[in-house]
Amino acid sequence: MDFLNAIIVLFNFTVIPALAYGSQLALGAIFVTLIYAVLRFANFATGDMMSFGTMFAVILTYYFQSLGIGLGVLPTALLTIPFAILMMILYMLIIDKFVFSYYRIKKSPPVQFAMVSVGVMFVTQALIRIIIGPSDRIFLDGEKFILKATEFKEMTGLAEGITLKSTQAITIIVTLIVVSIMFWFLNRTKTGTSMRAYSDNEDLALLSGIDPKRVVLITWVIAGILATIGGVLYGLDKSYRPFVYFNNMLPIFAAAIVGGIGNPFGAFLGGYVIAFAEIFVTYAYKRFISYLLPEHLEPDSLLQLLSTDYKFAVSFSILVIVLLIRPSGIFKGKVI
Amino acid sequence: MRNYKNVIAAYSIMIFLIILVGIFQSWSIALTILNYCLISAVMTIGANIQWGYAGLINFGIMGYTALGGLAVVLVSVEPVKKAWQVGGLNILACIWIIIAIIFVVKFILNRFDKSKLRNYSVASVILGGIILLRITAAPGIEAIEAIDPAKTGFLGGMGLPVLLSWIFGALLAGGLAFIIGKIALGLRADYLAIATLLIAEIIVSIIKHEEWLARGVKNVTGLKRPAPYEIDLQASEWFVNLVAKFHSTKLNLINSASEKQEALTQMVIEASSIYVKLCFSGLFFTVVIILLILTQKALYSPWGRKMRAIRDNEVAASAMGKNVVKEHLLIFILGSAIVGLAGAMMVTNDGLFTPTSYRPMRYTFVIWVMVIVGGTGNNFGAILGGFVVWFLWVEAAPIALFLINLFTAHLPETNSVKVHLIESAPYFRFLVIGIGLLLIMRFRPQGIIPEKIVKQ
Repeated sequence: MDFLNAIIVLFNFTVIPALAYGSQLALGAIFVTLIYAVLRFANFATGDMMSFGTMFAVILTYYFQSLGIGLGVLPTALLTIPFAILMMILYMLIIDKFVFSYYRIKKSPPVQFAMVSVGVMFVTQALIRIIIGPSDRIFLDGEKFILKATEFKEMTGLAEGITLKSTQAITIIVTLIVVSIMFWFLNRTKTGTSMRAYSDNEDLALLSGIDPKRVVLITWVIAGILATIGGVLYGLDKSYRPFVYFNNMLPIFAAAIVGGIGNPFGAFLGGYVIAFAEIFVTYAYKRFISYLLPEHLEPDSLLQLLSTDYKFAVSFSILVIVLLIRPSGIFKGKVI
Repeated sequence: MRNYKNVIAAYSIMIFLIILVGIFQSWSIALTILNYCLISAVMTIGANIQWGYAGLINFGIMGYTALGGLAVVLVSVEPVKKAWQVGGLNILACIWIIIAIIFVVKFILNRFDKSKLRNYSVASVILGGIILLRITAAPGIEAIEAIDPAKTGFLGGMGLPVLLSWIFGALLAGGLAFIIGKIALGLRADYLAIATLLIAEIIVSIIKHEEWLARGVKNVTGLKRPAPYEIDLQASEWFVNLVAKFHSTKLNLINSASEKQEALTQMVIEASSIYVKLCFSGLFFTVVIILLILTQKALYSPWGRKMRAIRDNEVAASAMGKNVVKEHLLIFILGSAIVGLAGAMMVTNDGLFTPTSYRPMRYTFVIWVMVIVGGTGNNFGAILGGFVVWFLWVEAAPIALFLINLFTAHLPETNSVKVHLIESAPYFRFLVIGIGLLLIMRFRPQGIIPEKIVKQ
């Protein structure tokens, strides 16, 4: 019984949150990696682009709520995602037309692209703050919990319970659906194959008649979908605050590089690697251990490797280690 | 001389703008802007050395700035003796443990060939070291943080003059740059950018959360100053006399003695703040001039030419027998040390150390915009960029507010669009900086004052 309790403690406080957080990171990381593979630059506007898409979802959620449209137990935000995605793609295409395409045609070095994306980051951040303001917003409605700890305890008769927030379940399910559709698209359809060809060898792809404009367009469309969904899921799970989204860019980059930049599947797994590492290293194991050890051996300290303040630092350290030992990432980057 | 015409014109416009602020807003604000412009100029010199001379992309400027700021606390604050008594030993032991870990890891790396076993043993040494560190440090940290937590709760500094901390800040930042450079300089340009950005983030989070070191998020206030304090000035006779002499015509117009005294007090208060800021301006200006002379000399020396050769073609330069790795490391350290100096200057100017204020937006990306807008590879350009961008960063909000009021003048006061726009006026600075950067990158990628290659 104690052993089961220990497992449930671990599951409740580390595995479930890590899975949800990892899914959110994974979507962002695939977004980074796609841009890197096809358009060939590190997009420093990642976090703010995700924030921009989420902003539309937040505004539309408020609007739908005022109209009385909702999904019942599910959050209204899910209904607004398609509209937010459309707006996001429109914004990305405008940015691409007026900013990035010039440097792409000129074949500028990646560093210049990165600096340009910093400019885009500033502009996006300004637009977000001017439109919706910098404050914290919660736009989750509908049922909050699928499974409460007390219910679980009653059901199983164990001393520890599992809490499953509806946002966590939604995050994991939506991520799995989106990512599987995306992989099917990249690997099985003709357009997806042409994208991979373009990413692998641009000249050869052009020679075989692939239209570069179409590839770029589709990349931005997929990027818009991923950015918006990732952003909305994060916002539902925690809350929507522009500054936090900017900061999230850093673990997302870490996930993309750890997984091997340019490799979408690597980025997907990288998101979970980062999330699990962050949570496992900063989790206090006291309760977990106290179930496993006999009573007189119970530990006094929290048994925490690092305090939770260093959450970000953990993921960055992993990134630095990966960059040092295996710069191509765990799953061999640049394949798409 | 013809070559310098643009430079002189650009700087004159900049100084004219600052004077305009002095006339329309107040001289105190103008001097504050000038001081920050000078500090930004030091930062851009540092960033320009790395990016303009050597083509190294360092997005970790925030980390070095924070470290420079930390140096001010560590050097100038009086030591907290009690804290040293209760927890000093633990902290010293921790430092020894860290040194031991480094040596053991180095020993393993040197002694054994690359293998899985070696990787695992290095990992276990580091992990074991961290656990040991936590066990050793925990009681000491707890004891230190318990001592008068509202006021101290940290080890304090060395109690030395604050100007020394500027040098110490540079050394600290340079030392860190040595470690980071050793780790990350081999990476490709955009990887290096991301890695440095993240490492800076780690540094700031350590400064934020290790309260025994510099009070963390609780901030350190009331730092020493190289300039006199306003209150002392207001009490000193020579200063009051000076102000009275300066404003004698104005004072003579007032007849009643009590009113005269009141006006004089007001003037003295105002003048004291301006005097202090002028002292800072003088100090900062000296630093900028010294750095400018040194960097200009270096740029046009054989060493500077070598750096540019490495920047423009690494392979060719290394084929000519230049040690690219060594030179990159050197320039990484030099640039970072200058940024650390700027960080120390900034904290000295503010008189307080607030780790939460170190955000990548303000301390990394804005500095980069300064370098790119001003002109990469040209020190005059970089400094001008520091001035222009800082000026815009500060003045964008008032200008935006003015424009919003102008264009929405026909709307009633309660119009929701107008109210919303006025509320969000401070955020127009991001828009101005972003669009400015995009325009410069597109239409004048070499910056306002481009790099000048002198054929020798």
